[in-house]
Amino acid sequence: MGILRRAYDTVWAFLYKMASPRFFYALATRMIPWLAVATAVLMGVGLYGGLVTAPTDYQQGESYRIIFIHVPAAWMSMFTYVFMAFCAGVHLIWRMKLADVMAACAAPIGASFTFLALVTGSLWGKPMWGAWWVWDARLTSELILLFLYLGAIALRGAIDDQRTAGRAVGVLVLAGVVNIPIIHYSVEWWSTLHQPASITKFDKPSMHPSMLIPLLEMAIAFQLYFFTVLLMRARNDVIAREQQSAWVKELVAPK
Amino acid sequence: MISRAFLALITRDMQLVFRHTSDAVNPVLFFVIATSLFPLGLSPQPELLRSIAPGILWVNALLATLLALDSLFRTDFDDGTLEQILLSPVPTPILVLAKITAHWLVTGVPLILCAPLLAMLLGLPQAAWGTLLLALLLGTPMLSLVGAIGVALTVGLRRGGALLALLVLPMYVPVLIFGAHAVDAAAAGVPVSGQLLLLAAMFILALTLAPFAAAAALRITVG
Repeated sequence: MGILRRAYDTVWAFLYKMASPRFFYALATRMIPWLAVATAVLMGVGLYGGLVTAPTDYQQGESYRIIFIHVPAAWMSMFTYVFMAFCAGVHLIWRMKLADVMAACAAPIGASFTFLALVTGSLWGKPMWGAWWVWDARLTSELILLFLYLGAIALRGAIDDQRTAGRAVGVLVLAGVVNIPIIHYSVEWWSTLHQPASITKFDKPSMHPSMLIPLLEMAIAFQLYFFTVLLMRARNDVIAREQQSAWVKELVAPK
Repeated sequence: MISRAFLALITRDMQLVFRHTSDAVNPVLFFVIATSLFPLGLSPQPELLRSIAPGILWVNALLATLLALDSLFRTDFDDGTLEQILLSPVPTPILVLAKITAHWLVTGVPLILCAPLLAMLLGLPQAAWGTLLLALLLGTPMLSLVGAIGVALTVGLRRGGALLALLVLPMYVPVLIFGAHAVDAAAAGVPVSGQLLLLAAMFILALTLAPFAAAAALRITVG
């Protein structure tokens, strides 16, 4: 029991310290280079595996290779929204400033992932279905997710007071996260009524390891990329918010 | 005390609307005019109109509700009544629900009442009219409930109108999908109980959660 108690104390102490923007700034500064290197390495490995090593698909030829960007981007777009909702919840309940910083910085990153998923899906759709855009269930769900992100970003920009803006966007994001499963299943149901059955989806569960492993590597690389960029943005946001405090003035003072 | 406050607020809101009946009439007029634009923009062929009628009716109902939403909290925000509502000993979600109910009675019910007329204009088979009314009866309160969350978030903003549409329309999509398809299925003679039950389930979910979310949003943006 002693070691459990010590682990609990360490985690709790860490969370307390994380509430301090100054501590977070120092921690983020140290973590970003490691995360960036890990992202670059894993992305290199994943892209090599996906673009060079993985075999040609017997059905789609070479054009399937875009899934190594498209699928991780789509996964990240959904993960980022849930992450944003979690941070918004923490901010609303425990009034933790840094949680609002994380939610604010995650929104544009999530919107970019969603946009990337839509564009790569469109580029994939042209050789596969012959059209730049199809009202496929998942593309339509992604489009609505993009609107949800843009709404959160727009609301934050529209409210002048930063504290009010953070809490208002928090309520909006939480309302959105409750809606996302409902929207997703209703769109999927709608699409099964209107789509011809001949359109095959690529994510058959039995994917060959030579394709699956690069896909998972790219997924982890995208995760690391997300945290790298998030910490970079959060560092800037923290300095901007805390610009009146002594430690920031000391930081930016000419040496 | 709580039920008296609830009823008193609904009564007050209805009285205010009867003094400015344009608040109630404008959404209906929009509904009728916008629906009339579709045959003009597309073609008057009955087969085409019949096939797209459910979608047109539902999208226009959505947009009409969206236009009317701003009046939910606007006047009360301007004259300070909203702050009094937040300060009242009666729980805010209950008072918010009272305002949403009054708003639905004023804007949603007229939409439902003129829907059969527009269904006739678009050539929707009479077999589908009952389902249309029932689906709108279940759907329009949900539009008011979920819309109230968006209005509560933007009530203090100067130009919140377009932003409100961006915030609220993605959350309206499930209502649109199931509502329009219920009417579609009824027109085709196919059973509609699934879609209507799902609409009812979503309505109950919105009824229980939306007042709390809207009250929290009001407290943030106004209080």
